[in-house]
Amino acid sequence: MSTGYAKEFKENSGRMSQDLTHRAVIKKALNAYEVKRDENRSKYLDWQEARQAAAEIKWEAVNHLDRYLLEMTEKLEARGTKVFWASNAEEARNYVINLSQEKKVQSIIKSKTMTSEEIHLNSALEKLGYDVIESDLGEYIVQLNEEAPYHLVFPAMHLTRGQIKEIFKKKLGSNTSDQPEELTMVARDIMRQKYLTADMGISGANFGVAETGMISITENEGNARLTTSFPKIHVALMGIEKVLPKLGDLALFLPLLATAGGGQQITCYNTMIGGPRLNDEVDGPEEFHLVLIDNRRTELLSDAEQRDALHCIRCAACLNVCPIFKSSGGHSYGTTYQGPIGSVITPHLRGLQDWKHLSLASSLCASCTDVCPVKIDIHHHLLHNRRNAVSQSPVWWEKIAFIGFTFATAIPALFQLSIKIARLLQPLHGLIKGSLIDPARAWTQTRDLPEIPAKSFRQQWKERK
Amino acid sequence: MKIHLYVPCFVDQLFPKAGMAMVQILEKLGHTVEFEESISCCGQPAFNSGYWDEARKVATRTVEALESAEVVVIGSGSCGAMLHKFYPELFKETALSEKANALAAKTFEFSDFLVRKLGVTDLGAKFPHKVTYHDGCHGLRELGIKNQPRQLLSHVQGITLVEMKEAESCCGFGGTFSAKFPLISSAMGDVKCSSAVETEADYIVSSDSSCLMQIQGLLTRQQKPIKTIHLAEVLVSQ
Repeated sequence: MSTGYAKEFKENSGRMSQDLTHRAVIKKALNAYEVKRDENRSKYLDWQEARQAAAEIKWEAVNHLDRYLLEMTEKLEARGTKVFWASNAEEARNYVINLSQEKKVQSIIKSKTMTSEEIHLNSALEKLGYDVIESDLGEYIVQLNEEAPYHLVFPAMHLTRGQIKEIFKKKLGSNTSDQPEELTMVARDIMRQKYLTADMGISGANFGVAETGMISITENEGNARLTTSFPKIHVALMGIEKVLPKLGDLALFLPLLATAGGGQQITCYNTMIGGPRLNDEVDGPEEFHLVLIDNRRTELLSDAEQRDALHCIRCAACLNVCPIFKSSGGHSYGTTYQGPIGSVITPHLRGLQDWKHLSLASSLCASCTDVCPVKIDIHHHLLHNRRNAVSQSPVWWEKIAFIGFTFATAIPALFQLSIKIARLLQPLHGLIKGSLIDPARAWTQTRDLPEIPAKSFRQQWKERK
Repeated sequence: MKIHLYVPCFVDQLFPKAGMAMVQILEKLGHTVEFEESISCCGQPAFNSGYWDEARKVATRTVEALESAEVVVIGSGSCGAMLHKFYPELFKETALSEKANALAAKTFEFSDFLVRKLGVTDLGAKFPHKVTYHDGCHGLRELGIKNQPRQLLSHVQGITLVEMKEAESCCGFGGTFSAKFPLISSAMGDVKCSSAVETEADYIVSSDSSCLMQIQGLLTRQQKPIKTIHLAEVLVSQ
C-alpha cells in the first residue's frame, strides 16, 4: 500500500472508525432503511427468485451490449435525440461544455447523476463560469457544504438536521428551525426559480430500454422530472451498462431498485424519456442529448470473471449492509462509488495498483453479495482484485513472507517451534504490549492476544495415542 | 465411520481445547478419529492476500494428504469454506483440479457434519449458562450454516440461548485484514461485542476460533464481563 490514495484511505477510515458520533448518525439512518427494506422485500412472492430473474436479464443485456445499445440509440435518434458516444470522461465533459457554449447556456440545473460525479462535470462547468445547481435535496446539501456525495443514494446521510440547518443558514442566510419540512421549503423556493431560468437540465439515467428507445429515471422528489422538462435543453448522462432489453424488464427493475435502494415498494416518480418535444407536443425540452459513457467499462466487460460487476444498478444496498462502510464512512473511500461495489469497480475504472487497497480493506464477510439485487459476486471479486494486483506487481516483503509461509507450513515441526518460542517470550510481551516497538502492535493497539497454551492440539493428540 | 478431523492451525496452536472437544464428541458417537499430522495450514492467509501461487503450494499438501480420507470434518467455518469452496477455484484448470473437487465434496464443517450428515443434535451436554451465538461469516454465507449450531445448543441441558441483534454481522477479524486495517477491524468488533453484551449472556459461542480470538481480544482489553467459548467445548460440558 504505497500509493497516496491508500495512505489517505487508511488515515481517514481509521479516524472515522473511532468517531462514535458518526457511527451513531449512520446507524440511525440505516436502521430506518432496514425496517422499510425488509418490509417491502417481504411483499415479493419470492425475493430470491426476483434477484435471480434480474441477474439473468442483466446478464443478457451486458453480454449483448453491442446489440442493445444500438437498438436503443437508433430509436432515440429517429425521434430527434442527439446521441453522443463518449469513450472517456474527458470526451463526455467536452461534449457538455461545447454544447453549453454553442447554445449560449448560462444557468444549469441538475438532477441526481453519479455518472456526472464520475466524470467530474460540475467542477469543469463551474471553472468556465457556469452556474450549476443540484436539484436533488441531498445533493444540494452536499453541494452547499462543498463536499462530495457521502453515499451513492443518500448523499447527505452523514449530516444531522441540525448541521443542515447550519449549512443553510451560512450559505443561504435562511433562518429556520431544523424541521425537515421547513428546510425543504427553503431549498424548494430556490429551486423553483432555477427551473424557470435554467437553460439546460442535466440528468442521469437509471435504465435504458432497447426495445422502445427510452431512458428511465426514478426519483422521489419530482426534481428530476422538472429538470428534464423545464429547460430548453436536456442532457442525460448514462453509463453504457444501464441498458435493458425490454420495456417489460422495468416491471421488475423499478420496484427492485426502489426496495433495495430506498426500502420502498416503488419510488414516487418514474419518468420515461424517448426524445425531445415533438412538433405536435406542447411541453418538454426542445433538444434532448444522450451522452453514453464508456470510461473503461468496456475493459471491465472484457474481464469474463468480473463482468457481472456491470450488472450494478447503483442501488447501494451493498453499502447499507457493509460493516467497513459503516465504520469508515463514505468520504474515506475517495471514490465516486463507495462501499463494496466501489471497491470492486474503482480499480477497473481508475487503475488497479492505485486502488487495490480498497479490495484489501474487507473482511470478506459477504454481506454485500448476500443483498445484491442483481447477484454480483462482490466479495469474491475483491479476492480476484487482490490476486490480480499481486500477479501484476507483488509487494516484495509480502512475497518473501508468503514464501516463508509455504516453507514453515511444509515442516509442521518448524511451525510449532516458532509458536513455542513465541510462548516462551509471551510473558515478556506485557512490557511492550501496544507500544510503538511491539511487533504485534497492529493487533495489540486495541486488542489483547490469547495466551499460548502449554500444549498444542497435536502434542495432546500424540500423547493420548 | 472413519473421520479425518482437520484441526485448523489456529485451533491447533492457540485453542487446542476446542480440537480435543471435537475428538471427544466424534469418538463418543462411535466414530474413529484420525488426524493428519503433516498438515499445518489450509493456505487461506496467502489466498486471501492475493498470493495464490503460494497458497496453491500449501493447499497442494492438504489435497494430497487427504486424498484417501473417507470424510473430512473441519473445526472452523472459515477453513471449511477454504477447502469446500475456494480449493476448487484455486486449483481450477490445474492437474489437481479433480482431487480438489473431490476433497471439497467430502469436507464438512463440524456442526454441519453432526446435524446434517450424522443427524445428531443431542450430545447429552450440560451447560447451565446464558449464551449468545456468533455466526462466523464464512460458515454463514459461504457454507449456509445457520441452524445447525443452534439446533445443537438447543439440546444442551440448562442452557439459555439468546440471539443478539448483530448475530450475523462480521466480528471484524478477516485474517490479515485485522492487522492491515486494525482500527476498522476493531470498530467492527466493537459493534459485535456491544450487541453481545446487550443480551446479558455469560458466553459468546461460535464455531470459529479466529472470530473468538478477535472478540475475546477486545473484551479482555475493554474488561467486559462476557466470555467466549467454542461450540465444541460447550457440547462436551458436563
